[in-house]
Amino acid sequence: MERRKFIQGTSLASLASLLGVSIVFANNIPENYTLVALQETDPFALFKKNKQMIVLNDKPWNIETQAHLLNDKVTPNAAMFVRNNGNIPENIDTKKWELTIDGESVKQEKKYTLQELKTKFKQYTYQLTLECGGNGRSEFNPPAKGNQWTIGAVSCARYTGIRLKDLLEDVGIKSNAVYVGYHAADTHLSGDPSKEPISRGVPLYKALQDETLIAFKMNGEEIPLVHGYPLRLVVGGFPASASGKWLTRLSIRNKVHDGEKMTGSSYKVPKNPVAPNETVKEEDMQIIESMPVKSLITYPKSGATFPLTKKLAINGHAWAGELAVIKVDYSIDFGSTWKTCDLKTATNKFAWQHFSAEITFPQKGYYEIWAKATDTNGVAQPMLVPGWNPKGYLNNACHRIAVKVV
Amino acid sequence: MKPEDIFKKNIKTIRKLLLSFVLVFLMLIGGLFFFIRNETTKNTTIEAIESSDYVEISKEDDFDKIENGIHVATGFVEGDGLMLVVQNCTSCHSAKLVTQNRMSKEKWLATIRWMQESQNLWDLGVNEAPILDYLSTYYAPNQIGRRANLTDIDWYELK
Repeated sequence: MERRKFIQGTSLASLASLLGVSIVFANNIPENYTLVALQETDPFALFKKNKQMIVLNDKPWNIETQAHLLNDKVTPNAAMFVRNNGNIPENIDTKKWELTIDGESVKQEKKYTLQELKTKFKQYTYQLTLECGGNGRSEFNPPAKGNQWTIGAVSCARYTGIRLKDLLEDVGIKSNAVYVGYHAADTHLSGDPSKEPISRGVPLYKALQDETLIAFKMNGEEIPLVHGYPLRLVVGGFPASASGKWLTRLSIRNKVHDGEKMTGSSYKVPKNPVAPNETVKEEDMQIIESMPVKSLITYPKSGATFPLTKKLAINGHAWAGELAVIKVDYSIDFGSTWKTCDLKTATNKFAWQHFSAEITFPQKGYYEIWAKATDTNGVAQPMLVPGWNPKGYLNNACHRIAVKVV
Repeated sequence: MKPEDIFKKNIKTIRKLLLSFVLVFLMLIGGLFFFIRNETTKNTTIEAIESSDYVEISKEDDFDKIENGIHVATGFVEGDGLMLVVQNCTSCHSAKLVTQNRMSKEKWLATIRWMQESQNLWDLGVNEAPILDYLSTYYAPNQIGRRANLTDIDWYELK
């Protein structure tokens, strides 16, 4: 009985400290313990996230956002999705943090301290779209295993850092270099220190683009721990898994990088279209590079009711991986007719574009507003879930919201 | 003394007696209250020192609790094989990684094999069959078609 009372008391105390009122039994709690208990129970406080975000997984942490939380032109930290494959590193010492450049195709192995990276190279700031390759996985049928992302594994924050190409030039790479793989400080869920949770990378052409950054800052501040503090690779337009967090090492490879989640079926789709549920051999799969064209209606939040006399203003964002978006249309009649939205150009390459429209409704009733973006190759989002693939990647089906005219 | 004076005196005596009774009673209750409080604090202090891992204990206390057919501690559906699944599937990753997925028996088995080959999952031995039965019964695919209706719409008045 006494034990239960104490336990209740401590959970009250944890809550109390969150609320900023006096802590009952404060003397009984070891100084550091309350914090740990809080970390385990409240990811929103721990990661400074909007409480409307949805926790898909708590070991490892995977949290998705909702469309209406992404209405800002630049995604704030509070609304940015969390995707982890392993455990977040602990006890980071930035004074000792080093980035090692190695691999078959590096002229000589080289190490840089954080300070050297920050002072030796010119810094750039870009707004970059990061979308998880598995965003939309929950809609595939038959279902694919993994975190069941709906629409909330996308973001477009501003990153500040140095160009990867400037670093590679400083190190010196051989002419046979084809791929850059990353290694990081996160740890494997099994606790096995010999295993890396994830070690992906990008082909050389992507590594050499101006916008491919080794970033120190996100939205003008140090990158939050959960998003890769103190150093993160940021590769806009590719699956977000290419943007390695907690970066400690880059391997310049003379072949496609073969780190964890580069092999097998991870982040791969069939080379040729397959029927739902078909088994696909490993050699018939290819690594995802550019993400497909997609859009999100971020205002209003789904579920709006309003009078027939009101003109409804909608807005949102559209992006297209390596390409740009040339058109966004909307439909209020399940695709029977489409009207064109106003569309802005991107602030820089790989940043999402903003669209808006004003809609007049013909009569009272239930409507769904569907948005459809088209890229510079003339490829548009499908209204249905696109081609099935074994791991449930690249669902870029049109986003829709429900409204009622009353 | 007149009879009414005697009566008044008696009343006074009774009142005094009653008042002292109430006072003694209040003191007793008060003393008891402080005694219990001190005892509680003493015990909890000892508990705190002895059980720095009190979070674990709190889990143990309710660990088997089932509410509305759901195992409260993990979120798993109640059913044959539940505890085998809890024991074998939640030491590395969250139960949520299981409960958010829907797979056929064949796909669940393939997932177990993948975890054994690459994620350090142990041989499940005789427990494999009941674990697979549990997963493929309670976490089987739903036929959602090519595009499902919008559900759980939170209707609100747009200002």
